[in-house]
Amino acid sequence: MTQNRLLPYVLIAPASVFLILLFVVPLVQTIALAFMDNGTASLTNFRKMVGDLNFGLSIGNTFLLVLAVIPLQLCMALVMAMMIQKMEKGRGLVLWIWIIPLGISDLAAGLVWLAILQDRGYFNTILNMLGLIDGPVNWLSYEAPVSLFVGVVLAEVWRATAIILIILVAGLQLIPREYAEAAEIFGAGPWTRFRRITLPLLKPSIQSALILRTVLAFEVFAVVYALSGRNFPVLVGEAYAWQHVNQNNGVAAAYAILVMVISLAATVIYIKALRTPPEMQP
Amino acid sequence: MTGLKQLLAATAFTAATLSGASITGAWAQETIFLSTQLRPVEEATKVRQIILKGASGPVTFVVEEPSPFQTRMDAETTAGKRTISMVGALHGELSPLLGSKALDPVDDLVAKAKERGVPDAMLTLGKLGTDKQMYIPWMQATYIMAAKKEALQYLPAGADVNALSYAQLKDWAKNIQDKTGKRALGFPAGPKGLMPRFFQGYLYPSFTGGVVSTFKSAEAEAMWATFKDLWAHVNPNSASYDFMQEPLMAGEVMIAFDHVARLKDALVAAPNDYVTFPAPSAGKGRGFMPVVAGLGIAPGAPNRAGAAAVIDHLLKSETQIAMARELGFFPVVKADLPTDLPGGIKLLVEGVAKTQGSQDALVSLLPVGLGAKGGEFSKVYFDTFQAIVLRNAPIRATLDAQAVTLQTIMNETKAPCWAPDKASAGACQIN
Repeated sequence: MTQNRLLPYVLIAPASVFLILLFVVPLVQTIALAFMDNGTASLTNFRKMVGDLNFGLSIGNTFLLVLAVIPLQLCMALVMAMMIQKMEKGRGLVLWIWIIPLGISDLAAGLVWLAILQDRGYFNTILNMLGLIDGPVNWLSYEAPVSLFVGVVLAEVWRATAIILIILVAGLQLIPREYAEAAEIFGAGPWTRFRRITLPLLKPSIQSALILRTVLAFEVFAVVYALSGRNFPVLVGEAYAWQHVNQNNGVAAAYAILVMVISLAATVIYIKALRTPPEMQP
Repeated sequence: MTGLKQLLAATAFTAATLSGASITGAWAQETIFLSTQLRPVEEATKVRQIILKGASGPVTFVVEEPSPFQTRMDAETTAGKRTISMVGALHGELSPLLGSKALDPVDDLVAKAKERGVPDAMLTLGKLGTDKQMYIPWMQATYIMAAKKEALQYLPAGADVNALSYAQLKDWAKNIQDKTGKRALGFPAGPKGLMPRFFQGYLYPSFTGGVVSTFKSAEAEAMWATFKDLWAHVNPNSASYDFMQEPLMAGEVMIAFDHVARLKDALVAAPNDYVTFPAPSAGKGRGFMPVVAGLGIAPGAPNRAGAAAVIDHLLKSETQIAMARELGFFPVVKADLPTDLPGGIKLLVEGVAKTQGSQDALVSLLPVGLGAKGGEFSKVYFDTFQAIVLRNAPIRATLDAQAVTLQTIMNETKAPCWAPDKASAGACQIN
């Protein structure tokens, strides 16, 4: 009897110990680093962070990227998920191909797009072959902020849409067919069925997908770093630079705390905005 | 089945014990030498097979990028357990180790180094602003310029490539752009490039005769305006270049400024295609910055005697000459370089000799006494460049704002001025 009561705790113990050691302890250490200066509590690191040349720019760029990438990815993932749903044959194969980018590390994904978009990359080669340009066009330099931004968005969309897609495909499979069939009998067209039945019932999945994807988007770094170097500062990139280039781990920790707070805030907003009462869940 | 499990467990246990024993056994006599220098595989291999050959006792040469290097040395100090006996790194990378208590004074090795001809000024640099010797100079290098021979035809009239001014460099780059449509001048302003050293050792000294004290002077204001004009003819990919040898080899740029070790591959690959020459000069002279890498010993090193022996070996004149020949780093001891150096290395040696020998050479020292603030010090110069040149911020306002940050760093570290700034009693002050 005693053994049975203890069993669940024993079973979750390894995971808990793992999380405490590798998540809670570093988190506490990071907070301590951020709020300490020469061993005393202080806001110096945050003052330094806010006063930095790249601070405003990196916040602006990060939000711009999140606002451009997430809605685009959500729409694309919804369309792709609905298309997969309707497929009779070869679903597995198509899904498998679509999620290949997920298996690639984000730095590698950045390098793939760098190979495409750099001066002597595939994109310029093709444009040149079509006779549209004379020499290499610089798409990723500080002189071309728009194409640089578009390049980063493309790479992010390519790399991470599949995360949303997988969650939505799983969510779609949970929705009983009867609802749509009943609606069809009453004369609802495909668009109405999608809007009135699929979308509301898919809300919990959309919520999870958005939370996961948004948190990851605020942490964007490797793709941006590979494509732009220092031309497009983002928050995590600044944390990296403060830690490794400027060798001030206090300010780096302050950036890490800021990213965490922003991610938490985004999560809370999603949870409130996309709340689904239990009785409405499929 | 149980038998098999037991057998497996026993085997695993024996293997673990044996390998543990052999590691501990090896540590007792082996000298582990951690270096931020000579990291590329070919270079590290040459160190292991050629340079360290003849050192007494086994040496394990391990390389690490500067940031993990720092982290590792910090961690070993915190843990109170050393595995690394000796370190080899740039002056600027050794200086933060002082703060993390990862350097043991090596005063016992000074006499031998002096005897071998290491200059006093360089040994003083190795004290890192303390009264003890914290590292022994190991090898030196500097920054030079390299150009493709085909670019020489575009040199402005009357310009001598070996005695260029910044104005002539601009005209040269402009000529190439006008004639070929290419922006062929390149600087290493990428995330891992050494651009801050260009500002600290070359641009600022040449225009203002100082680095810190003249940071926001009228000369500095004029200098940034001039440099911004020059930048209009610089390849915009410069903001992503880390090592100039790559864009040179790819043909993206024809003229480049960089550390000799970061130009080496291009010069070695095609020695007949390039010329090397000093960086340009301006009103106050031709600034140049010798770079020193040093060797230090960790406190509580597992093998201090072994480390001292390795340092002694590395300072022998034949080892130093071998390093120049194989790796393109120059001796810190008195040693005559042979005349039959390989083509690319010879170009490097020539470039350095021309720089040191220029009439108007103005030596700029590496920052001294900044400790762990070296990174933030460099950031001031790079941020100023980014704001003024890349983001079109007003020059005066940017200089005034960055000067506040710079002065805070100087006050916090209490670092006195170093050459070419005039010596100061307390923390170096911006005028």
